[in-house]
Amino acid sequence: MSGHSHAEGVLPHEPEKATLEGRNKVLGFWLFLGGETVLFGTLFSVFIALRDQVNGGPTANELFSLPVVAAATLILLTSSLTSVFAIQAMHRNQTKATVNWLVVTVLLGLAFLGLEIYEFVEYAHHGHTFAASAFSTSFYSLVGFHGGHVAFGILWISLLIWQVLRRGITLHTAPKVYVAGLYWHFIDVVWVFIFSVVYLMGKVG
Amino acid sequence: MAHGSHAVKRYKGILDWLTTVDHKKIGILYLLAGGFFFLIGGLEAILIRIQLWKPMNDFVSPDTFNELITMHGTTMIFLGVMPVIFGLMNCIVPLQIGARDVAFPFVNALGFWTFFFGGLLLNISWLTGHVPDAGWTSYVPLASTTFSNGPGVDYYVLGLQISGIGSLLGGINFLVTIINMRAPGMSFMRMPMFTWATFVTSLLILLAFPALTVGLVALMFDRLFGGNFFDPSAGGNIMLWEHIFWIFGHPEVYILILPAFGIISEVVTTFSRKRLFGYSSMVFATVLIGFLGFMVWAHHMFTSGLGPVANALFSIATMLIAVPTGIKVFNWLFTMWGGSIKFTSPMLFAIGFIPTFVMGGVTGVMLAAAPADYQYHDSYFVVGHFHYTIVGGLVSGLFAGVHYWWPKIFGRKLNETLGKLTFWFFIIGFHLTFFVQHFLGLTGMQRRIYTYLDGMGFNEMNLISTIGAITMGVGVIFFLINVIVTSAKPRTATNDPWEDGRTLEWAISSPAPEYNFAQLPLIRGYDCYWKEKMEGNREMQPAEPLGPIHMPSPSILPFIMSVGLFIAGFGFIYHQHIVAAAGLAVTLICMMLRSVIEDHGYHIEPEEIQAKGVKA
Repeated sequence: MSGHSHAEGVLPHEPEKATLEGRNKVLGFWLFLGGETVLFGTLFSVFIALRDQVNGGPTANELFSLPVVAAATLILLTSSLTSVFAIQAMHRNQTKATVNWLVVTVLLGLAFLGLEIYEFVEYAHHGHTFAASAFSTSFYSLVGFHGGHVAFGILWISLLIWQVLRRGITLHTAPKVYVAGLYWHFIDVVWVFIFSVVYLMGKVG
Repeated sequence: MAHGSHAVKRYKGILDWLTTVDHKKIGILYLLAGGFFFLIGGLEAILIRIQLWKPMNDFVSPDTFNELITMHGTTMIFLGVMPVIFGLMNCIVPLQIGARDVAFPFVNALGFWTFFFGGLLLNISWLTGHVPDAGWTSYVPLASTTFSNGPGVDYYVLGLQISGIGSLLGGINFLVTIINMRAPGMSFMRMPMFTWATFVTSLLILLAFPALTVGLVALMFDRLFGGNFFDPSAGGNIMLWEHIFWIFGHPEVYILILPAFGIISEVVTTFSRKRLFGYSSMVFATVLIGFLGFMVWAHHMFTSGLGPVANALFSIATMLIAVPTGIKVFNWLFTMWGGSIKFTSPMLFAIGFIPTFVMGGVTGVMLAAAPADYQYHDSYFVVGHFHYTIVGGLVSGLFAGVHYWWPKIFGRKLNETLGKLTFWFFIIGFHLTFFVQHFLGLTGMQRRIYTYLDGMGFNEMNLISTIGAITMGVGVIFFLINVIVTSAKPRTATNDPWEDGRTLEWAISSPAPEYNFAQLPLIRGYDCYWKEKMEGNREMQPAEPLGPIHMPSPSILPFIMSVGLFIAGFGFIYHQHIVAAAGLAVTLICMMLRSVIEDHGYHIEPEEIQAKGVKA
């Protein structure tokens, strides 16, 4: 019942871990990310196994344009940083700063998603559609799964922004914001691997 | 309590079961639904055996036979035994570690309902006439649209995908529960073996099921959206499916058997009235089996041309698993050695388990020898082997567990005479059915054939096998009669109905009150309740004063979320993408509502606990 002593007074330093519910949520989410790692690991393996099977379509080297992807990478990495700022602000119990940094994170996420959609449309014009080859199917599945995670994260964090605005930082909202931060870092890490394995390795051969 | 405790929401009747987040009720739901699917799978097995009882039989058509074997395997593994395992875990693990509930009661309910609706989706295929027929392993290219056109295999893909969500959620839930919610003094090395098995199994679920998720997504993309993962003509690779399926599939068989090992450890110690022999080596063996389980998937693919080096490595890794399993078998034998054994019905199942599982293990090592496997592969030898481990092993273990914990779950002890009849019919029928199948395989009968010619030397053994299957069916009917007879009796089970309970669940009333422990108990050693009894205490010592107990509110959202996924599944199967989107939208909106609606649950006050405590 550790939560009750704090509920009416000051918030503890790490409000996300102050209650058993909060600690459960954080640990459960870490474990969930473990499962997600296997999920993306399998998708990566499939992609690596099939990436040379272009079926007469454009190869990775012909298709990818690194400047756009590098810009997307920069944007997503920055959004990870801003989500850290949001968590730090939350630890200082600054509701407004927390919300502001979360809004910046969501905007950067949207920018990333916009670039990705633009990129996919471009590829489709070059005949690199989902059903074109084993390479294209595995490419869109891997990168698309990541994009889907980004989109889900944007919706989720937006919903949390609304909740923090309505209720402030409490023992109930803090763990939610914290695990959303974990999630955002995770999709960032996955992207680092996508950038290396899909794009950089695609460029060099 | 000035805050957090608003009006208590309590539902009655059917709505109570649809909205419950209580782990004990969810456990019962798992047992009921799992039992239901188990009966369907069993019926399919009997039909298979009737078709095979004589040469050139035409009881079912070849197509129906393919559907029967596919649905039998899939239903039994994913919808029969796994949910019963989850049911026992839900009912027992929180009680064994001294927790008031699982870590995520809402997610627990969601896990049950996604499993249930996934299973329903899969089995509705019988009513629509488009039944999955590519085997429970659903190998491509057989499962691709080229050879399996029509919605049959799509039911497999989407049904398993939806029910897989439930398994994953359950796995995470038990891991967090066991890590974070053990009672004061319940260190990891004081946990009962069933809890240990649950812990390792949950870890395997967490790390194995996402691979199946990806495999099923890939197969779905190929079948529904023109993807090329497994289409060699567009650069795809059929071996990928086999790898992905077995990277999930081999840990899956340990997901199944480890809980049975846990149950056997509990039952054998209780009825030998002796401390478990080699507890720490049991824990070590469990963890080691879990670890090695991820290293051996390619032993299902020896004949697919991986080459001698890969085959040799996977061969050796597979044989290694015999070592920790052997440790377990000897520990059970040494536990019984010198104990004062009570031959109750759970104990009979446990004693039957040990030699039966050893036989399945021995044929496992035979199959692990890659060169020999070229002979055994895809023959009835394999069918005999895995039924020895899964039916003779796991299902015996589950029967042991269900008979053992029935009074704790339902407050009534199952009838011992009927329980023993169940055991004898089941074990004799089991060995009649499957022992001869090894020899059928060695004689040359392939698995998955719908009939065979006269004069091949298969006739007598197939007849024996069919008679055995019907005998097992009679055993199951005895069990059903037992359940019905028992449920008509009054709830008279005491806290410790077997009188020799060692673990924490036997220290509280049968069935447990909704908050499990009025005061969290203080755990002073391994076999904590036995320890207190030996020191002359009738109850556990409390670790906290009596106070208000926080309870989670019931919710209908998990049910609706799963219905949404069920609708979406139908939409995908019949290419109605608007329906699919609508179903997914229902689920997403429910997720949003769950996030937005702040529900702090309610409190049960000490006065209420004491009023009930007198009765318990």
